[in-house]
Amino acid sequence: MRLVAPFALVALLAALVGSSAAAGRPNAADLEAELVCPVCETTLDQSSAPVALRMKAFIRARIAAGDSEQEIKDALVAQFGPGVIATPSKRGFGLLAWLLPLAVVVAALVAVGVLVRSWSRRRAPPDEPESPLDPSLERLVDEELARFDG
Amino acid sequence: MPRRVRLVAQGVALGVVVLLFVLLAWSLVRDTGGDLAAAANRGERPEAPDFTLERLDGEGALQLASLRGKAVVLNVWASWCLPCKDEAPYLEQVWRRNRSRDLVVLGLDAKDFRMDARRFVRRFGLTFPIVYDGPGSTLDGYGVTGFPETFVLDRQGRVVEAFAGAVNSAEDRVRLRSAIQQALSS
Repeated sequence: MRLVAPFALVALLAALVGSSAAAGRPNAADLEAELVCPVCETTLDQSSAPVALRMKAFIRARIAAGDSEQEIKDALVAQFGPGVIATPSKRGFGLLAWLLPLAVVVAALVAVGVLVRSWSRRRAPPDEPESPLDPSLERLVDEELARFDG
Repeated sequence: MPRRVRLVAQGVALGVVVLLFVLLAWSLVRDTGGDLAAAANRGERPEAPDFTLERLDGEGALQLASLRGKAVVLNVWASWCLPCKDEAPYLEQVWRRNRSRDLVVLGLDAKDFRMDARRFVRRFGLTFPIVYDGPGSTLDGYGVTGFPETFVLDRQGRVVEAFAGAVNSAEDRVRLRSAIQQALSS
């Protein structure tokens, strides 16, 4: 047992380190889907333009060198500008691209609410009191019923 | 639907359509780049859009307007562009032959890695000034649609001639020499 314990500890540590490295290691395919070719303006995974091939090679080299996803993106932004990132920034003017769809959804919900309210108002049955029966007609009905019972 | 709500909805829809038309018109008016080369090739001399870009061949930045008084051969290139490799040695010759005549060959490396561009410069022994525009933000103003493209500017910074594609054929080189003469004599 005393001999097994150190080996088990080392194996456990190795497994932990390995799994954390695998979790933190950027994936080339994911990065290629998140970055844009500056010439053809499609994502790198959709492009075979010379500059896109060069960028893909750069990404793989940086992954092999141990760079994080953010470091690779930052390096490419430093070369090609912020337009190389496929998703708009969550700051400044780019924030508009995230907020505008939400605003449109909210506006659409409000519009639907207003329409539904207006329709339901128009189609609701009028709250009028039940009209009383004409006294002569009522008397006639009573007479008919009395004759029927009698 | 109540008449008022319907009118508001129609107004909003009409407003959106008008806004889209305004945006379309604005983008068409703003996108004059394509007209720059066309105007130059019609014999007009449109003004070349000014820019200030970092130097690839040294420290600091270079502003195009600082070259006023000299003729400029502005060559847009990238290290991954194959025709640029054939063209680069010829442009170096043009620079060496004409630099004493107030002509500047200015390379504009765009949509490229700096390290690749510097390797390209070393490989072809380029000694003319080169600026770097990684995002390619200056290209729209010139209407650049491919690599390489070359613009010959006169001493007042106006476009005398524009070349889409490499200046590699004998015919294009005659045109370039003629444009340089015009630019220097302006």
